[in-house]
Amino acid sequence: MTTSDIAQGDKNARPLSLSGHVGFDSLPHQLVNKSTCQGFCFNILCIGETGIGKSTLMDTLFNTNFENFESSHFEPKVKLRAQTYDLQESNVRLKLTIVNTVGFGDQMNKQESYQHVVDYIDTQFESYLQEELKIKRSLHNYHDSRIHACLYFIAPSGHSLKSLDLVTMKKLDSKVNIIPVIAKADTISKSELHKFKIKIMSELVSNGVQIYQFPTDDETVSKINTAMNGILPFAVVGSSEEVKIGNKMVKARQYPWGVVQVENENHCDFVKLREMLICVNMEDLREQTHTRHYELYRRCKLEEMGFTDTNPESKPVSLQETYEAKRHEFLGDLQRREEEMRQMFVQRVKEKETELKEAERELQGKFEQLKRLHSEEKSKLDEKRRSLEDEINTFSKKKAAAELLQGQSFNTNANLKKDKDRKNSGFM
Amino acid sequence: MTSNTRYKSRALRSEDGREEKEYVGFATLPNQVHRKSVKKGFDFTLMVAGESGLGKSTLVNSLFLTDLHKDRKLLNAEERISQTVEITKHTVDIEEKGVKLKLTIVDTPGFGDAVNNTECWRPITDYIDQQFEQYFRDESGLNRKNIQDNRVHCCLYFIPPFGHGLRPVDIEFMKALQDKVNVVPLISKSDCLTPNEIRKLKDRVREEIDTFGIKVYQFPDCDSDEDEDARQKDRELKESTPFAVIGSNMVVETRGQKVRGRLYPWGIVEVENQSHCDFVKLRTMLIRTHMHDLKDITCDCHYENYRAHCIHTMTSKMNTDNRVESPIPILPLSTPDVETAKLIKMKDEELRRMQEMLQKMQQQMQHEQDL
Repeated sequence: MTTSDIAQGDKNARPLSLSGHVGFDSLPHQLVNKSTCQGFCFNILCIGETGIGKSTLMDTLFNTNFENFESSHFEPKVKLRAQTYDLQESNVRLKLTIVNTVGFGDQMNKQESYQHVVDYIDTQFESYLQEELKIKRSLHNYHDSRIHACLYFIAPSGHSLKSLDLVTMKKLDSKVNIIPVIAKADTISKSELHKFKIKIMSELVSNGVQIYQFPTDDETVSKINTAMNGILPFAVVGSSEEVKIGNKMVKARQYPWGVVQVENENHCDFVKLREMLICVNMEDLREQTHTRHYELYRRCKLEEMGFTDTNPESKPVSLQETYEAKRHEFLGDLQRREEEMRQMFVQRVKEKETELKEAERELQGKFEQLKRLHSEEKSKLDEKRRSLEDEINTFSKKKAAAELLQGQSFNTNANLKKDKDRKNSGFM
Repeated sequence: MTSNTRYKSRALRSEDGREEKEYVGFATLPNQVHRKSVKKGFDFTLMVAGESGLGKSTLVNSLFLTDLHKDRKLLNAEERISQTVEITKHTVDIEEKGVKLKLTIVDTPGFGDAVNNTECWRPITDYIDQQFEQYFRDESGLNRKNIQDNRVHCCLYFIPPFGHGLRPVDIEFMKALQDKVNVVPLISKSDCLTPNEIRKLKDRVREEIDTFGIKVYQFPDCDSDEDEDARQKDRELKESTPFAVIGSNMVVETRGQKVRGRLYPWGIVEVENQSHCDFVKLRTMLIRTHMHDLKDITCDCHYENYRAHCIHTMTSKMNTDNRVESPIPILPLSTPDVETAKLIKMKDEELRRMQEMLQKMQQQMQHEQDL
């Protein structure tokens, strides 16, 4: 709710003055006590080329050794590596998650590099959204893994941003709070640094990239925040080694020509970064992530799924009604599809049946025809056989008769008879 | 020896009274070479390659103590998203003690700057090949009096010091150029590394160059008759490759002297201080001792390779096309028959293979028909 809403609501509530001390001024303290007992949670995403000093800067910022190993330059794709640590300072517990990119900027073709980072951030938002939409949810126990701050490490070329930096930051500025830092700043002299910062900010502005602005609406911190907004991006140097200066051991880098002290404000902006990121604005970063970036994600996601805030008659629609309506629609759809499929099935079966019947009839016809032909042939053959048999019978009869005659007229004119026989047999 | 001294004949000042017939006089040859070369003048083409912002122009200015890039226009990040690599040339004439040098610096703006850098070295290799081809034509022409030698003699490749070693784009670039030009890798902007880190990075880079088999320019070994001092220097030179350099356009005052350097709140980096960086070693190697060696290797090695390759492709094309199309006069090769015979054999084999395949397919079809 904005302050104007509260003011309008207050039209019904009239301000009263108290005549004594009631005690509700301890409410902030109660809140703080509860939060301290619960512990805080903070997630940082570090994007930068391999070897630019992300892990070293984290070690320096949080004054511990996170035991990161060197990554190689030959990763085929950009990956993200997340590690969670439990830190404690006085009685405040912090659950810190540091996500580092691995292999960013090493590939020949970097057109897909930003996609992996965007996908990771969206996944964290998605899991929070799922938890929020659950029926039985436990949000206060939920380990919030959404990214609260993104430190983008710019290589100290001294001229301007790289093309990859611009493309990536454009894609990320609506999803996460971007804080650009110039890494390895001990390679840029003071005058060059001033020009470099101006160039970077002008490039970001002219391309419409919205980086995180430290909040200036709270009077206690507005002055320092406005000043810091003008020093962005911070030029930082990280170091895990200590060098003796005077009689103290300080974090520094030792060169043959001098010693760069990390915590010397003259040398680099490390102290400013630590103050802004951790001491002053950590809670604001978390709030911005939740109220701005997460809400934007949620709205886009739900609109995609078809939810609206008001139905066509401009009446507010509750989530439940929308759910019901969607479910109905979905079920109806399902039923319709089932019907369709069934109909199609029946139709197909019918078609097949008719086809088969046709085929059967045809076959039957053919069979009958063949049978007829066969019987015709058979009868013909039978006839022929009978005629042949008749012939054989006649022939054998004639033969028998001839032999008989031959036997009878054996003693008389055998030649004559023979001739006659021959003639007779020639007749047959 | 300057061009003014002349070698006095030893016979006139002979101290032990040797006879004249022992003296011929060709010991003056180095003198004559020196004189002629000074008259002719020298030329040198240097290419610098690397991502923008690594200090290439500053280093070239520091090396040759001039300002070569007066009005440079640097592109913004959004203009560089899909930038292609250009080749720009600057030529200057500089003179020192009567010796004239025509120096050409070939710059490669846009290398490695786009989001998609696949094959970004192609314009560079094409340029080098073009220069070789031009020289090849000139050399084979009829009038060879004034040949302009634009071949690239050395390529300085700038490795960013912000990583842990070589990156894929570095390796691809050096491999693409190793057979065409002398590649000298340098670690740029080394004032962001402590001496320990420099050592580790150099070891890493040398190791990766070995692993990936990249042929960078190797210093020739010292002659055996050089004295120990020179040999020591030579050894040191070889052990400190790749050189970690810093460049500067500004002159600062330190310890009462004006030197080229960079001013920081925590100290002053001197470019010519050997304990700060290897700039002096690079300058010595590039200009004072090995310039001519670089030119020789370019002429004798890279150019000859290119020439042989060119002729080979041209003659094999001629033999297959049966046309004489080459723009240069080519003497018939001593073994053209071997070439044609080989080609004929190859083509025969191909034909045979195709016939076999056809047969197999026909058989299969028959088989299926029979089934």
